[in-house]
Amino acid sequence: MTLLQSVFDALLGFALLWLAWQALASPDLFKGIVLFIAFGLLMALAWVRLDAPDIALAEAAIGAGLTGALLLAALARLDKSSWRGFGRTPVRPPEGNNRDVIHPSKRDTKSAHEKTRKPKPITENGKGQAAFCGLLVVSLSALAAGLGYAVLTLPSQAPGLSDSVAASLEASGVSNPVTAVLLNFRGYDTLLELGVLLLALFGVWSFGVVPERRESSPGPVLDRLSRLLIPWLILVAGYLLWVGAHAPGGAFQAGSVLAAAGVLWLLTGWRLDTRFSGWPLRIILVAGLGVFVVVAVVLILMGGRLLEYPPSFAAALILLIEAAATLSIGITLAALFLGSRPETGPQR
Amino acid sequence: MMPADYLSVVLLIAGGIFFLAGTLGLLRFPDVYTRLHALTKADNVGLGLIVAGLALHAESWTVVGKLLLIWLLVLLAGASVAHLVAAAARQRGIKAWKR
Repeated sequence: MTLLQSVFDALLGFALLWLAWQALASPDLFKGIVLFIAFGLLMALAWVRLDAPDIALAEAAIGAGLTGALLLAALARLDKSSWRGFGRTPVRPPEGNNRDVIHPSKRDTKSAHEKTRKPKPITENGKGQAAFCGLLVVSLSALAAGLGYAVLTLPSQAPGLSDSVAASLEASGVSNPVTAVLLNFRGYDTLLELGVLLLALFGVWSFGVVPERRESSPGPVLDRLSRLLIPWLILVAGYLLWVGAHAPGGAFQAGSVLAAAGVLWLLTGWRLDTRFSGWPLRIILVAGLGVFVVVAVVLILMGGRLLEYPPSFAAALILLIEAAATLSIGITLAALFLGSRPETGPQR
Repeated sequence: MMPADYLSVVLLIAGGIFFLAGTLGLLRFPDVYTRLHALTKADNVGLGLIVAGLALHAESWTVVGKLLLIWLLVLLAGASVAHLVAAAARQRGIKAWKR
């Protein structure tokens, strides 16, 4: 049995390395993204093998699912001549026939057809690049050797901090040690993560309002699928949020499932009514960070330290923070998928 | 081993064979439509068999319910996505393969 497990782990490791290399080396951007998504899913499997189901859930939902959707959305906005569609070998671009393939979310194929496509020549500008590549290989090898040495010199049996976490789990308000660490013992890490997510959205929104092209109707299948799936996704998000207190789950996993519902909804052509895309949307976006900061400040004013919950309120406070964070994470990720600031103003 | 264990093993292996056949079809079939056909048919049945095999070992009925729910959601998503991919390919003018 252990032999079978070692063979499986070895295969998984090699598959991960191979997929990572292929995703980076692929000249076809679409293919690279698909390989990246496959990499994320196998990475989730690797986390399961390492007994870390919390990270596996987050990796599958955010690393593979939402990041993949974000990359595909970005690809769809790129100049169509700078990438080639799927099913085409980069060596032989089909000249003059109208069988170009573009991303499914863009319905009008006209602009892509009208463009003349030139195959990108493989860059061969001489010695500078070769020297750079050599330097890169040397420095990466040094890094790999250093990391390998560090791993090999680790003590084989290191309890780490798990004993002290288990010792104070009683006072944390939750029984899942991962949630206890993320929301209580090291709550400021999660606080800063929420801040980073919000900053990313600020960055995207600072490019301004991009007028969106009207897409054609989604068709009956996508329409029906979204109507069936979105209620389930919202339910699953609520379940993950609640179950995070005592089993794998939590705000980031729940938020990413909520964001998946949002992405599906956006794909069917639905847009937030302009009445709600002003203050109401912004309040929801900052709610997670806001509630976290308010809790921290109130606790400090009451005489405690930063994010040191009194044990009797800990469970309620963690649920409150996680609920707000779930909503904010979900809406932020969906807004990132939309890619630009939604137009505000009176109803059209 | 209990009789349920034998049945579970048979179901899991049968499911694995369906996944193998689907993967083979994805790799070897000539165009996007036939590949979709191989993938969705095989994966739906293969996952169904694996879910049935795992359900025999489930600790409680709630676990059986969750497994069935996963299978139904994959059925729904798989069939819809196969349709969407095929419709998109057809809209782009990719011709169906003919011998």
